[in-house]
Amino acid sequence: MSVLRAGDLSVRFRPRALTVGAACLAVAAALAVVAIGSGDFPLTPAQVVEILLGGGAPSDAFIVKELRLPRVVTGLAVGAALGLGGAVFQSLVRNPLGSPDILGFTQGASSGVLVTIVVFGGGGAAVAFGAIGGGIVTGLVIMALTGRHGLHGQRLILIGIGIAAILTGVNGYLLTQAQIIDAARAFLWLAGSLNGRGWSDVVPLLIALALIVPFLVLAAARPMRMLEMGDDAAQGLGIGVERVRMGVLVAAVLAIALAAAAAGPVNFVALVAPQLARRLTRAPGPNLVPSMLMGAALLMAADLIGQRAFAGTQLPVGVVTGLIGGGYLVWLLVTERKSGRI
Amino acid sequence: MSTLVETPSPPTARAVGARRSARVAGLVAALLALGVVSVASLAVGARPLPIGDVWGGLTDPASPAYTLVHDMRLPRTALGVLAGICLGLGGAVMQALTRNPIADPGLLGINAGASAAVVTAISVLGVTSFLGFVWFSFAGAGIVAVLLYAIGGGRGATPARLALAGSALSAALFSYVNAVMLLDTAALDRMRFWTVGSLAAGDPAIVARVAPFVGLGLLLALGVARPLNAMAMGDDAARGLGANPRRTRVVAIAAITLLCGAATAACGPIVFVGLMVPHLVRVLTGPDLRWLLPYCAVLAPVILLVADITGRVVARPSELQVGIVTVVLGGPFFLYFVRRRRMERS
Repeated sequence: MSVLRAGDLSVRFRPRALTVGAACLAVAAALAVVAIGSGDFPLTPAQVVEILLGGGAPSDAFIVKELRLPRVVTGLAVGAALGLGGAVFQSLVRNPLGSPDILGFTQGASSGVLVTIVVFGGGGAAVAFGAIGGGIVTGLVIMALTGRHGLHGQRLILIGIGIAAILTGVNGYLLTQAQIIDAARAFLWLAGSLNGRGWSDVVPLLIALALIVPFLVLAAARPMRMLEMGDDAAQGLGIGVERVRMGVLVAAVLAIALAAAAAGPVNFVALVAPQLARRLTRAPGPNLVPSMLMGAALLMAADLIGQRAFAGTQLPVGVVTGLIGGGYLVWLLVTERKSGRI
Repeated sequence: MSTLVETPSPPTARAVGARRSARVAGLVAALLALGVVSVASLAVGARPLPIGDVWGGLTDPASPAYTLVHDMRLPRTALGVLAGICLGLGGAVMQALTRNPIADPGLLGINAGASAAVVTAISVLGVTSFLGFVWFSFAGAGIVAVLLYAIGGGRGATPARLALAGSALSAALFSYVNAVMLLDTAALDRMRFWTVGSLAAGDPAIVARVAPFVGLGLLLALGVARPLNAMAMGDDAARGLGANPRRTRVVAIAAITLLCGAATAACGPIVFVGLMVPHLVRVLTGPDLRWLLPYCAVLAPVILLVADITGRVVARPSELQVGIVTVVLGGPFFLYFVRRRRMERS
């Protein structure tokens, strides 16, 4: 722990966490530049940077700013939102496996979006509201079911898995009710894809992140660190336990739901990013900023793999994260068992 | 409270006999219920048939209902019965083997393994015949059953660990299934119905192909009931009682593989039947697997057929796939069960 002082102001920081965050940011930026440069009309990284800074030929600038930048920005924002939301959930639930995709929030947001697409034929902003509605309703149902036992323990995970299974069935039903054209669109969306994203898809998410990130990082990080010590200890330290928990939870659900609205249910980033960030920083607490940057870097990497792995076809990013993340979860179960935590 | 504890007197031969005849009577009643539901499954649909016409359609080639009953409703009903046997027995054997109340072939990813193998067979290897991909279905189910047992921690698995291992495997495998389906768009329209679990594709050839595997699985599962009973008390006690834990485990996993593989190959993944039925049956029979397993084998098809009929009735003139109905019926049951049980310390 180091302290930076300037007159009356002082900031505490951990050099290691700062290094990790900077490294993740650098990796995410580098991957973004590579992603913008690759495609049918390749550009060198130097050209990409020059265009992003305002230079370059007008035709190249059109390709970069109108065609490729929206996808990359969507990827970065979705990754950041998932990493942040996952870190909040894992901290609140006090369980490394309490991520929103295991608890059914991602599936709830998907159901909301599918209802919007299939039943009401909506798009754009309506999809975002559908995702938020689905996520919040899922949260309310889970809270009602866990009841007084609170938001932790194995019961919560089992309830979440049950809800996720039910919602998967509901989603399958909605998919079979659709016309084949809608179904193909919805199916692609359900696989979690960044293909063909425009600015209109990402703007709601960016606005929400601009509100949520300062709230969580500046106002809520300290109370959350105290909440991890247990409700009684946090209460003793002067934290309004229920108020903090509700506020933080709503912020995290918003982030997750809007990420789902922008890119579809991208699995496992919310589970994996906070874990990796915590392992690298070795810091206690929710590790919000490193998790967020790690999420952005992971999602960009997964999207690049999906674009490049098969010549001629692009795999949706959600498929790549599902394959890698499922394997990671298995590994986590095996190792955590050895350390006796689960 | 008094310190005097009433010791239960040892059951007399007469009491044991009475309980046995009650259980036999219950089993007969369950079989009757299965008969009634099967007839209903033949009669109900987009074109409802009176019972007399059902009988005519079954027996009389000249009857106007003959084609409908023989080509569509009969294979579908038979498929429902077979799939129900598979799922109910598979779930019961899994619950007994893992000594874990939430084991279900769908929830734990066994069906996902079979799906992944079938999709690979269809898309990558170009297998088109049903007999071809039923083998892949078994292979997938078997591999995942063994993996799950290893990752979940074998005998020491807690419900949460097992469920997490299952959902991790399902997520990875279904991502793979999605990837293959997206790369092979022509197959999407057919597979989107298959992956929700449906009996509607019932085809006499499929029924005939699956039946022997289901029969073998049924025999293995019923044969392993007694040693599994002994293993409920732990491996050492089981050995003392003359059971062979290793052989029992191998046979039980083989039975699960056959049953779940056959069910998935025939009608896609169907969740929650395997979870629900053994718990309902346990209320009737108690934990003795020698009775529990036959009851499951009879009552699971009843529930699956009721779900299928419900799916045909509620969304007329179209249909709800049976996999969706079982999730909607079974999901709340699962949640109720998780809430009621004291799982926190298990």
